[in-house]
Amino acid sequence: MPGVEGFMYPNEVSLYWSVLIVLYPFITGLVAGAFILASLARIFRVEAVKPTYRLALLTALAFLIVAPLPLQLHLGHPERSYEMYMTPHRTSAMAMFGFVYLWYLMAVLVVEIWLDFRADIVALSQSTIGWRRWMYLAMTLGSANVSPRALAIDERVGWLVTLIGVPSAFLLHGYVGFIFGSIKANPWWSSPLMPVVFIFSAMVSGIALVMLLYMAATRLRRQPIDMLCVDTIARCLFYIFIIDFSLEMLDLIHRVYEADESFRSLDFMVHTRLYFSQIVLQIYIGTLTPILLLALTQVIRLGATARKRIYAVAGSLALVGIFAMRWNVVIGGQLFSKSFLGYTTYKMALVTREGLLVSIGLTLLPLLILAVLVKILPPWPEAEHASIPEAVAAP
Amino acid sequence: MTLTRRQLLILLPAAAVAWESLLAGTPEASPNYTMTEHWWSMLIDIPKCIGCGNCVRACQAENDVPDGFFRTWVERYHVDDWHLANPEVISPDGGKEGFPVAKEDEGKYFFVPKLCNHCADSPCTQVCPVGATFIGPDGVVLVDPKYCLGCAYCVQACPYGCRYIHPQKKVADKCTLCYHRITKGLTTACCEACPTGARQLADLKNPNDPIHAFLKTHSVQVLKPQMATGAKVFYNELDGSVR
Amino acid sequence: MRIFRDTGHLFRLAGLFAVGTLSFFVIRAFLVPRSFGEYGHYRGAAISEIAAHPIRFAGHQTCETCHTDVAQTKNAGKHAQVNCEACHGPLAKHADDPSIDPGKPDTAVLCVRCHAASAAKPKGVPQVDADQHANGLPCQTCHQPHNPAIAAGGAK
Repeated sequence: MPGVEGFMYPNEVSLYWSVLIVLYPFITGLVAGAFILASLARIFRVEAVKPTYRLALLTALAFLIVAPLPLQLHLGHPERSYEMYMTPHRTSAMAMFGFVYLWYLMAVLVVEIWLDFRADIVALSQSTIGWRRWMYLAMTLGSANVSPRALAIDERVGWLVTLIGVPSAFLLHGYVGFIFGSIKANPWWSSPLMPVVFIFSAMVSGIALVMLLYMAATRLRRQPIDMLCVDTIARCLFYIFIIDFSLEMLDLIHRVYEADESFRSLDFMVHTRLYFSQIVLQIYIGTLTPILLLALTQVIRLGATARKRIYAVAGSLALVGIFAMRWNVVIGGQLFSKSFLGYTTYKMALVTREGLLVSIGLTLLPLLILAVLVKILPPWPEAEHASIPEAVAAP
Repeated sequence: MTLTRRQLLILLPAAAVAWESLLAGTPEASPNYTMTEHWWSMLIDIPKCIGCGNCVRACQAENDVPDGFFRTWVERYHVDDWHLANPEVISPDGGKEGFPVAKEDEGKYFFVPKLCNHCADSPCTQVCPVGATFIGPDGVVLVDPKYCLGCAYCVQACPYGCRYIHPQKKVADKCTLCYHRITKGLTTACCEACPTGARQLADLKNPNDPIHAFLKTHSVQVLKPQMATGAKVFYNELDGSVR
Repeated sequence: MRIFRDTGHLFRLAGLFAVGTLSFFVIRAFLVPRSFGEYGHYRGAAISEIAAHPIRFAGHQTCETCHTDVAQTKNAGKHAQVNCEACHGPLAKHADDPSIDPGKPDTAVLCVRCHAASAAKPKGVPQVDADQHANGLPCQTCHQPHNPAIAAGGAK
């Protein structure tokens, strides 16, 4: 059998979860991470990251809209996916994810964005004309009340929503980790650490993404980058990255030391078929390098330009590393036989429904959606409506 | 065939009636199939298996199993002396066309027919997001092809590699224990076609089923007992190297 | 009453959510299959649909209702435990309509499946090296498949 080494159970030769299922936790992780960054500003009162608050929220929304698409595309019968909401199976992590997703999208993100942008929406519904005016009018839900008192109430409710949002973001991505971590048949996945590792890697990728987007967007708009803001984000990224890496290493050391029945098989896989994506791409290039780069900015006094460049490189590498981590979990978990006697190969198609082109499209789509969202609801600090009462921010 | 034409004509109506009743689901053996009165399982007698591949072919013919996928398959183990952890296992095309001739060698050879274990605590039905795969009241794990999304989560959750996504139907597919046969009093296609009786369909709720006598006097095991799946395919004389 | 005026937009939002939740339950009532939950968390009708799959192997009991003589021969010999369709293949169509000729299996392919000598097979199974054993002759020259012992029938 081509691509097969040793013995596979005959039904295991072809992989059932493709690159699309790699994208799904990757994108969901970006959502959770971006939201955590937004909550830093609001819940944890880290004033320095305020300039990214609204951008982070819109980024989370753009990626959350795309998150279920790779799942849909990979289903054998996408037209039946509504069944997940009609007859959810109580014992299935995947079924519960549907509701967690909906909760997060509707009850947390949309509400928080609406409350935060309401003053802008009302102002825009009065200053625009034509179809844009109708769109903004619809978004006001027919209420133009932006009195200081109403906005103060919005601020309090929004704070509460964010407060609920933080555990929700953890739930959202912890659940994705649980989908893998709870499969006892697969020793590469089965680990109680999986949801925790997923949450921290999500924070790393989401924070890195918003940092990069903020720097890129500010540059495009020919505005000065708020260095205090990116320095704070980078410091945050550095600490969370260290926690994430420690957890992953803990998992690895535990596996190596316990060396259970699956160890020989998995060890061989990591040294052969997964060597590049796991050791080189995920650990060396995607984790250790950005951590060292970020550590450099913490230890040595560097000029603003040098810091910006280092942040850009470290952020990009972090995204590569987290993507490689998702790849190694999803694809790696299917390359070895559950008999622990053999290995198969994954060949990515190019133009099929689950191929390379579709996955590139799905990666770019959220950026496109974000560009549209940014046009509709400008998140930039100078565009923020003047009537927001700073004095009553958060109770 | 040594029947004369005259004999055939006399016999035919009776045979036709028997066959019709079978198709209608009312054979003499089970006039009214009551799901809750059965708890299906299978007994595999490893020393009896000769690796002919009859079961694999029969299963494919009976259930329209697509090429390259298997509801049942046969593995051949070769264990050298005490090296239980390193068996050499082959299953060319699931053993459908039998196995290459083995020359007298060190160690031992044996065949292990595999199929869905119809687990009582099945990890595959646990993870199905919509309830498209389930354990029926008679203990058979089934897939509802009209309801399955084809998400393949169950395929990932099965520790035995018994499930696959049907390449044309795009839904999860697996052994039904020939549900369309056993509900009509017939045995499964694989058991019907096995020349040595290495596979025996068994009804654990039937006190007269020969499996009870067999279990009293033999040392049997299920596959991967550490998975605690409540597997109901019992193997006689299962070697420790089998996984 | 000012509090209501200034939270009016929130009530509108809540109303929107209420409408959404309500329509979810209404849609759900229509879309869940009728037999869902009949026996458990699945479509009860699926069981009878799966049970309706056509039969391909008629089963030896059905074969024996007509071919009593062959069954007698077979049950007297070493192949007593071998069911008809183990060699003849699935013949439900023939059972359904006896005018359909099932054809004769090719002994050159059939016999060696079980009887070709291999160290992997259990020792109790009669095994031969077909090339040396038969000198190129078809198996049924000497062995009658329904009762293969040479003394019992031998060459026809």
